[in-house]
Amino acid sequence: MTDFESVAATELHTATPGPAGDPNAPGQPHTLEVSKPRSASADAWRELRRRPLFWIALVIVGLVLLIAAFPSLFTSADPTTCSLSHRMGDPSGAAIFGYDVQGCDVFAKSIYGTKNSLLAGAGAALVAGILGMVLGITSGYFGGWWDGVVSRVIDIVLGLPLLLAGIVFMKRVTNAGGGQTAILLALISILGLLGWTTAARVIRSSVITAKQQDYVHAAKMLGAGSGRIMWRHILPNSLAPFIVIITMALGSFIAAEATLSFLGIGLRPPSQSWGIDISTARAYMRENPIPLIVPSTFLALTVLAFVILGDTIREAFDPKLR
Amino acid sequence: MAHSAENVAGARPAGEPLLRVENLVKHFPITQGILFKKKVGAVKAVDGVSFELHRGETLGIVGESGCGKSTLAKLLMRLETPTAGRAMLKGKDIFKVSGSELRRMRRNIQMVMQDPYTSLNPRMTVGDIIGEPYEIHTEVAPKGDRQRRVQELLELVGLNPEHINRYPHQFSGGQRQRIGIARALALKPEIIVCDEPVSALDVSIQAQVINLLEKLQGELDLSYIFIAHDLSVVRHISDRVGVMYLGKMVEVGTDAEIYERPTHPYTQALLSAVPVPDPDARSHRDVIRLTGDVPSPANPPSGCRFRTRCWKAQERCSVEEPLLIRRGVDPHPSACHFAELRQVVG
Amino acid sequence: MTDIHVTSGAAGPTGSGRHLLEVKDLYVEFHTRDGVARVINGVSYHLDPGETLAVLGESGSGKSVTAQAIMGILDMPPAKIPSGKILYKGQDLLTMSEEQRRQVRGKEISMIFQDALSALNPVFPVGWQISETLRTRAGLSRKDALKRAVELMDLVKIPAAKARVKDYPHQFSGGMRQRVMIAMSLAMEPKVLIADEPTTALDVTVQAQIMDLLGDLRRDMNMGLILITHDLGVVADVADRIAVMYAGRIVEHADVRSVYKHPAHPYTEGLLDSIPRLDSKGTELATIKGLPPNLMRPPTGCAFHPRCKYAKAVCTTETPLSLDLGHGRTSACHFAKEMLDGTLR
Repeated sequence: MTDFESVAATELHTATPGPAGDPNAPGQPHTLEVSKPRSASADAWRELRRRPLFWIALVIVGLVLLIAAFPSLFTSADPTTCSLSHRMGDPSGAAIFGYDVQGCDVFAKSIYGTKNSLLAGAGAALVAGILGMVLGITSGYFGGWWDGVVSRVIDIVLGLPLLLAGIVFMKRVTNAGGGQTAILLALISILGLLGWTTAARVIRSSVITAKQQDYVHAAKMLGAGSGRIMWRHILPNSLAPFIVIITMALGSFIAAEATLSFLGIGLRPPSQSWGIDISTARAYMRENPIPLIVPSTFLALTVLAFVILGDTIREAFDPKLR
Repeated sequence: MAHSAENVAGARPAGEPLLRVENLVKHFPITQGILFKKKVGAVKAVDGVSFELHRGETLGIVGESGCGKSTLAKLLMRLETPTAGRAMLKGKDIFKVSGSELRRMRRNIQMVMQDPYTSLNPRMTVGDIIGEPYEIHTEVAPKGDRQRRVQELLELVGLNPEHINRYPHQFSGGQRQRIGIARALALKPEIIVCDEPVSALDVSIQAQVINLLEKLQGELDLSYIFIAHDLSVVRHISDRVGVMYLGKMVEVGTDAEIYERPTHPYTQALLSAVPVPDPDARSHRDVIRLTGDVPSPANPPSGCRFRTRCWKAQERCSVEEPLLIRRGVDPHPSACHFAELRQVVG
Repeated sequence: MTDIHVTSGAAGPTGSGRHLLEVKDLYVEFHTRDGVARVINGVSYHLDPGETLAVLGESGSGKSVTAQAIMGILDMPPAKIPSGKILYKGQDLLTMSEEQRRQVRGKEISMIFQDALSALNPVFPVGWQISETLRTRAGLSRKDALKRAVELMDLVKIPAAKARVKDYPHQFSGGMRQRVMIAMSLAMEPKVLIADEPTTALDVTVQAQIMDLLGDLRRDMNMGLILITHDLGVVADVADRIAVMYAGRIVEHADVRSVYKHPAHPYTEGLLDSIPRLDSKGTELATIKGLPPNLMRPPTGCAFHPRCKYAKAVCTTETPLSLDLGHGRTSACHFAKEMLDGTLR
């Protein structure tokens, strides 16, 4: 490498090194940077740390997770101990949001419903995300017959109505006498298996755009293998729309769980979930809106926190937006 | 088209060439149908090209869009598979190697691409971009040594070695091109294919990059295949020049032979069309204006491919393909039945 | 402050000292998230019928923005024109109503762009697009407008115009598409044609054809042609006068011969020295060191001083005014006279 050095000394004068934004500051000392190499993810983390919105979203998500894990920390009331004497009771010291139509504590029900709703939503988003990403990237990158197969499968899955498939599938599980855990797992699978298509399509098309870029050719010319090209070059450049789709999907999965529960084929009492709460309260909305508002607010805040989290992460990983 | 490469290349420098390309062909099939694809024709992007490249030499390749010069670059970089032909690098056909042998071959031949805005991954730091060759070819540099090498490379191409943590968008076009050059140099290749390396840059920056390429060539004993449409730039940097038209090499020679004593009508027309930055040249320049556009490479004219735009074309040109051989008029290969000297450059 | 006092050049002004088109001390700035970029800083130039003015500059020099301001196609915001005048036949385009402006745009002043493919609508036949203005603005019938479109396509030498008038843009080659765009811009017989890098995307041989065509049309129709380009070769071949732009200013303005023989600004000299020549083979190219300035934070004094090999102390503090060198020549360099004498070191 000594041959490199000798040229370097004579070559330096041709350009004023500096960013495009600051080319005309000769004579100024270089803004001394630590020349220790940083990775793109470390840069993203540095950026994330400085964003209040990221922390707010993170705190909300953390809180929701805590509620899901330890509901008894947040309320002393038992959501299953209901008394018709409290039917539609007003908020009080004992029950800060009052009671619902069956005389159950509204707040306690929402707190205890967090776990199932979050499991259903996040679980389904995880299944859909993994399926969508793997199928989307591979079909977009390799193309050919594999792309044809994946694209046709997407068409078929998109053609299946969620509710119909849900009814057929869930009926079998419930009829087979599965417990609440089995029902929850079935819910996660059905939502995930039907919900990955948008993510796959979005990531497939951005992979197709990304793989035609010159930097992918450059990596190939250096001898990079398919795995490296997909992981280092294509994935980071196709991730942005994927993150948006998946965080939005998380919200719609929680809502879908509610719909299925409302139809009586999802979770059912004594299981707790926001979906069950919302669907029961909907009928009595005019009489007393609070039992509807409380779980809906939980749902909205959770989805919002996830969306913001996804958005800030997406922006932090884009060097141009920093 | 079985004439040998020696006949064709007009090789002045003596000795064994570093790279010898023989009768290279690339046809892209045109297919119809969705499920059962039927071949209905072929785009003859590169159609029998031969040349030699010697150590420390720059071979310029010029031609208009559609002449196949970029496909040629992709073939040499193994981004496309040739339909026929071979390219011998150190006794091995670069189209026959695979696996670890292919990886080792890639260390020897690298490329600088045209567009400095799309050739660098926007989500990687400059250090990661230039260091990637070492991650792929781990045997070249031990892990602890890589950062030092990357910084040396940055310095070598005239960038601040402190900037390893910056991203491509923080640099100007010319600086990005320097990053691309540093990446190509990382594995110490002997051959660098430059595909229009300065055409996306501003005029005042072009000269900086051309000088850098020349300086690097001298210091590191590089051989360049310099592909460009700008004939002035090609003359400046090249030792020998090949002119391509519709997938064929029509004339090859030293820079003086091609620019001062061209014998192929296409070369003459191409040179005549280049605007010269001298207002007084306007009046006394020999102006040849070609009519019409380049025909489609999917359906090239019979015989001589240039005959549809050539003012000399005769019956013979449509039936007999002119070979790229030395013609009596000047001792360098020219693919024209009626090759004659005509000086077009002032 | 950089007003150029141009005495009439070779082509001469129309009638009573009034030019066909005159840009007077124009300023344009872009307001962005990161601050204000002053992209045009007091540009003045003029154009007379039948002459070709080349505006030469690199990316970011403001050469295209000036043209967009003339055409009234700047996006405002983010662009803002704090001061300046653009006089067409003595009338200020910038103070006109949008309605009046529309009358001028296309009909009196027309523009063609570098990328003909994106400037043409892919879903309409070219004949329909050429004749669109004739139908909507000249009030021609469909049939007459189409007939005129064929005539225009003949004028720009598109072979078999009659047969191709119903073809779509993608069926034409790059050079032919540029001809279609020229035909379109000529539909209303404008007095001024602005060509923004019209041949940059084209092959050398096609480039020469298009430049010849533009030259012929300018002569035959007695149009004023503003040719915006970065190519010193193209300029030398066709222009009468040159305005060299750098960092939003015209740094040098003169007839084409003078500029190439004796550049009066170090930037022009640097550009001419840095291009490789077709007719000779040098050893090392002279370069202009460094990079063009960031217009958000332009250098103090002369914007070119950080890259100038002659820069002296005064250049870092004082912005040079446009110096009148006689015969319509100006240079915005403190040492323009010394440059011409050859005494500048």
